[in-house]
Amino acid sequence: MIKIENLHASIDGKEILKGLNLEVKAGEIHAIMGPNGAGKSTLASILAGRDIYNITEGSVDFDGKDLLDLSIEDRAREGLFLAFQYPIEIPGVSNINFLRASLNEIRDYKGEEQISAKDFMTLVREKSAIVELDPKLASRSVNEGFSGGEKKRNEIFQMAMLNPKLAILDETDSGLDIDALRIVANGVNKLKSKDNATIVITHYQRLLDYIVPDFVHVLYDGKIVKTGTKELALELEEKGYDWIKEEFSK
Amino acid sequence: MSELLNSTEIKIINSNGFGGVLNEKLKNQAFSILETIQFPTTRTEAWKYTRLGKISNKKFTIQKGTISSISEYKIVEEATTLTFVNGFYSSELSSKNIPAGIEVTPLSNGVSSTEIGQNVQIENEIFNSINTSFSTDGANIVIKEKTVLEKPLQIIHISTGEHTISNVRNCIISEKNSQAEIIQSFFSENATESFTNVVTEIFVKENAHLTLHKIQKEDNTSYHVSTEQVDQHKNSTFTINTLTLSGALVRNNLNIEVNGENCATHLNGGYILKGNQHVDNHTLVDHKVANCNSFELYKGILKDKSTGVFNGKVFVRKDAQKINAFQSNANVLLSDDAAINSKPELEIYADDVKCSHGSTTGQLDEEALFYLRARGLSEKSARELIVSAFINDVIEKIENEEVRSFIIKIIQ
Repeated sequence: MIKIENLHASIDGKEILKGLNLEVKAGEIHAIMGPNGAGKSTLASILAGRDIYNITEGSVDFDGKDLLDLSIEDRAREGLFLAFQYPIEIPGVSNINFLRASLNEIRDYKGEEQISAKDFMTLVREKSAIVELDPKLASRSVNEGFSGGEKKRNEIFQMAMLNPKLAILDETDSGLDIDALRIVANGVNKLKSKDNATIVITHYQRLLDYIVPDFVHVLYDGKIVKTGTKELALELEEKGYDWIKEEFSK
Repeated sequence: MSELLNSTEIKIINSNGFGGVLNEKLKNQAFSILETIQFPTTRTEAWKYTRLGKISNKKFTIQKGTISSISEYKIVEEATTLTFVNGFYSSELSSKNIPAGIEVTPLSNGVSSTEIGQNVQIENEIFNSINTSFSTDGANIVIKEKTVLEKPLQIIHISTGEHTISNVRNCIISEKNSQAEIIQSFFSENATESFTNVVTEIFVKENAHLTLHKIQKEDNTSYHVSTEQVDQHKNSTFTINTLTLSGALVRNNLNIEVNGENCATHLNGGYILKGNQHVDNHTLVDHKVANCNSFELYKGILKDKSTGVFNGKVFVRKDAQKINAFQSNANVLLSDDAAINSKPELEIYADDVKCSHGSTTGQLDEEALFYLRARGLSEKSARELIVSAFINDVIEKIENEEVRSFIIKIIQ
């Protein structure tokens, strides 16, 4: 589904991604772990299309399309979804109003019909239940006054509404207590299918007890340096990242 | 005085034989001022950011005009309507049936207020002086004691023609215990560089409630100077919503004297500018006595090369204790060339008060834009959503749904 080859990216003259390679196929869940500053969130931002980074080398193929060539909105319309690490508040913009506009612009892009108000509200009720999000919260301004857990659940609610091919969860577990974590993970698992894929970026192994990955990658110093199964995550949990740093610092 | 009418000394006005409708005493006072007064330059503090060259170097003619229909200018369908074209009353385009409990007549038929002109400063005020000398008509409105008006009143002003000037004088009296809502709107039809010069005198008597909506949507080449002079008596509520949506140069002087205790005063303003438009909002709330509240919220969106000025002054006099006065101005600049000069002023002489003022200016939140686009919204849609969310704060304060929808439709 997505193939990242030799991706180099920098910001303000500083190189963050230094030749990153990653391939994710449909139906798979990949976890990306790594120490702070390794480039995990940078990767997520770049894939979503944030233009503050300079891509100096490499390519990203998303289902046959050159992802780096697409605008932010076209990437979303092609089926890429980023669950933000720090979802921002947008006062005055209603959560469900903008989602309906998004859904319709995505449908427009694909040549599909616009969603009716009735069908939309049915979808809202159905999907907000998946993440146990009170529908009343859904109709407020985007993330305004939401707790940390509610913001993260709102991200997964949006993911459920937009039904992407590839979801990138950027440290979705940060700031969540066990119950919130369980709800979010549950939501992600319910949305999993053989036709979509998920990249879970996380610092801690804990989330991976709930969202079980097929592959675990370690991102260190701008590159994927190690790939394993969920056992690798447990090893990192036990030993920390020092042994990785020793092994791969030259 | 006829020599003055023909004299080239009268700045910028070609009176075209039309005399003003105010009383002789007021007109004579104003004419004397006009003999020597000069246009303010940018060295005058009150006009520091608004250049008047485009007005002062032209000649504007007082001239009647005709409009065939006001259907596109009606904001509220079933409202008592008074229509003025180029500052002249149009009886064909105005309502015939006036509801009970109010007087709605053209000023040219006579003015109900005995106080007219007394609160309007003409010394050092060239536009007020021009208005007092030359105003051809305006709305004379009295909301009689204890009248609670069900539907709003609508005053529609249309300017038409090239280099025409409309000098409009309105007088609105809300008598004791009355309640009313008035919409005053300004539009252009086939107008080029027309000039609308308005003075609206407002008297809100004891325990009266008056809401005024002011909608400015004149031609891109048109000039507009407007003064509201408000006298609030005790236990009254006065709300004014000023929406400036178009005009080459718009200057609003909103002066409110809170002369009675237990008053509430609300000033809400929105301005959405593009091209080379310029709007200057000067407001003054003068708290003369104790136990009153005032709330001021002005928000602006400036695109292209448009410019704006906000100067909000709040006076709290020595004996005006227990005053709550809040003022806020927020601006979003959508381009590198747009500019705003914002100056809040608080002058407080009492010692037991709660006053605050705030001013912010910024650009669209890039993070918010990214977030919305990352959900599939086009850049244009995302911008529009964030911009309307920003201005919505002010629009929400307009309680009348028809007025709200009218404004939302225009700004979209």
